Amino acid sequence: MLGKTANGLFWMHRYLERAENMARLIETGQRIALTTLGTTEIEWRSVLETAGVAVGYDAQNETVTKDEAVDWMLRAKANPSSVLSCFAAARQNARMVRTAITNEVWEAVNGTYMQAQELLARKVSERDLPQTLNAIRQRTALVRGATHGTVLRNDIYDFTSIGTYLERADNTARILDVKYYVLLPSAMSVGSEVDNVQWETILRSVSARRGFRMEYGSTAGPRDIAQFLILDKRMPRSLAFCARKIRVNMGYLAGNYGHRPPSFGMADHIEKDYLSYDIEAIFDYGLHEFIQKLLELFDELARQIQTDYRFYE
Amino acid sequence: MFDEMWGRDGALRSPYAHFNGWLEGEDPKRLRAKQREAEELFRLTGITFNVYGQAAAEERLIPFDIIPRIISGHEWQKLSRGIEQRVRAINAFLHDIYHRQEIIRAGRIPKEMIARNDAFLPQMIGVSPPGGVYTHIVGIDLVRTGPGEFYVLEDNARTPSGVSYMLENRETMLQMFPELFSQNRVRPVQYYPRDLLRSLAASAPAASSEKPTVAVLTPGIYNSAYFEHAFLADQMGVELVEGHDLRVVEGRVAMRTTKGYRPIDVLYRRVDDDFLDPLNFNPESALGVPGIMDVYRAGRITIANAPGTGIADDKAIYSYMPEIVEFYTGERPLLENVPTWRCSEPEALTYVLDHLDELVVKEVHGSGGYGMLIGPTASKKELKDFRRKLKARPGNYIAQPTLSLSTVPIFTRTGLAPRHVDLRPFVLVSPGGIRITPGGLTRVALKKGSLVVNSSQGGGTKDTWVLED
Repeated sequence: MLGKTANGLFWMHRYLERAENMARLIETGQRIALTTLGTTEIEWRSVLETAGVAVGYDAQNETVTKDEAVDWMLRAKANPSSVLSCFAAARQNARMVRTAITNEVWEAVNGTYMQAQELLARKVSERDLPQTLNAIRQRTALVRGATHGTVLRNDIYDFTSIGTYLERADNTARILDVKYYVLLPSAMSVGSEVDNVQWETILRSVSARRGFRMEYGSTAGPRDIAQFLILDKRMPRSLAFCARKIRVNMGYLAGNYGHRPPSFGMADHIEKDYLSYDIEAIFDYGLHEFIQKLLELFDELARQIQTDYRFYE
Repeated sequence: MFDEMWGRDGALRSPYAHFNGWLEGEDPKRLRAKQREAEELFRLTGITFNVYGQAAAEERLIPFDIIPRIISGHEWQKLSRGIEQRVRAINAFLHDIYHRQEIIRAGRIPKEMIARNDAFLPQMIGVSPPGGVYTHIVGIDLVRTGPGEFYVLEDNARTPSGVSYMLENRETMLQMFPELFSQNRVRPVQYYPRDLLRSLAASAPAASSEKPTVAVLTPGIYNSAYFEHAFLADQMGVELVEGHDLRVVEGRVAMRTTKGYRPIDVLYRRVDDDFLDPLNFNPESALGVPGIMDVYRAGRITIANAPGTGIADDKAIYSYMPEIVEFYTGERPLLENVPTWRCSEPEALTYVLDHLDELVVKEVHGSGGYGMLIGPTASKKELKDFRRKLKARPGNYIAQPTLSLSTVPIFTRTGLAPRHVDLRPFVLVSPGGIRITPGGLTRVALKKGSLVVNSSQGGGTKDTWVLED
């Protein structure tokens, strides 16, 4: 496989994952704004920060309003992480690796882009927002289904997975990074009204409400949420789950190529040395420091993969 | 005016007999729905081309018309013999022109036609490509004016495009009207990618292994034909590379893979000569591979088509094609050339200036229908402007009579309507022989009365059938 192709597959799937995460965060923001009576400015600022797009937003806007925040995350061309920008970038990468993906995957990505262009041609009204977000989620699910059902399980699939799970780990870690303070043990296990809203936000942001209730019941507190999002190996958006997927796919690559590059050691290190303990150890380390450290490690890993597999000259 | 379905007098021509029977039984409403379905299919598969000069990365669909263009097996046999003869002559001409230049010594072509021609590549003098093949892929543009009257409009010996449309048009027709293919014996075109790969592999340098490594070189996703480059690489199961994926490693051209650099034996390049090698040609080029020409001269890679083939499809050389065919094959040309005035010759220029409103005038190095004048439809101002350009640089132009191009019906809202067409058959050349895919790409001018079929100027395409007689 060409280094360029590995690069294209990796980024195509990072962008698809990012688009989906962005849509989920908008949905969460909207839900919170509608069900609480606090000031929307604070809520939407927090959503923008969680999505990692607040800096760009502030450069273009004076104040935070719901309409502007949603538009920035959904359609802004100036925002490289807006849903529309992500789909355009994913399709651009898909065109580049056209020979490595199946027709089904290409048509799903191309169709996603075409529909997004249509749905997001103009500002989306509040009334149309739920339907639009729904369509986006369905579209990304279609791409994922086509990938799962038709792509050969060789290095193509490995780079696809590694891109997806690195983006997802980054997303979950960033949500935790912005909201870590509401999960600290000092917070009361029952929590105030405000805390409850924050916890709800976190769980919704990773589509984990149902799973969490199933496992921990409805009275569980912040410690359990941290445990669930960081260490639970069954929860498909937890850091431990993502780290394992990355390590496993890198293991397939190493086996397939008959060579273990430095990046494999790094993936192994992240999983073994950071995500195999219990949550108490993490609180002892310092939740904030821990999340910061992991963000840094995932970032280094991504860069090492690019070098090891010759993404660029 | 000759219509390929209805002749000159409105009597149904035999290749269309079955098809017409089917058409009469069809509900126009259903056909309209099918036409829309076809467009949707093309949009989803992303069969697009980029238009130069438009916003970056803007992609357009080439309109597709559902009425096939049908050629009888007998007609095709005659055509393909003529095409084969012409392609043989082109390869012999290229070898000669870069070696002993016998044709000039024999006085059949003036020396300055070659020496002062930008398409002549001095870097190719004395170079013999692996297997002796210069043009691995050729597209010969044909037009028709009557039942047995075909003319070659242009030879495309550099990097002819359009073959992906030929294949996708057939694919679309098969999906939409399977019954047509049970009723008519249409010769298949789907083997083209397999034949292309075989043909390229057979042209590999002698020192290559049994299974040579083939790759397609594209200028990148912003190129107007990127879809086709990706399509062909995909269909052949080979890598699609760009200049920055390649470098010269230990005297071979190699591509950067996830496992390190891997040498390439045959490069099907869709990058122009000028951009191929910044060390040997345009130093500004970021699309090519520094040093590839040195590897090529050492005989360690096949470049398809060979650099310098443009001298054979140059529009000024075109007018000499009858002489070229006769000189190298010793036979009379089977395919007609369109009579051509070379404006570089004073007598011809005088004639052209006097008859400008009857003629088609083309730039010698132009392509894609840009920069040409169609006398009969031009405005007074356009004629005046062109007259000035002609006088300023006569050597830059050739002129031809306006041919009465044949028409084939297209499907419109109000029923069938005749439109002018041309045909580009695709020819594969390897040391093992010449292979012509039955049919080719039919381009159709969608505007009533228009003679310009280029996709960049609003032309469309049709599926082209060659029947098994």
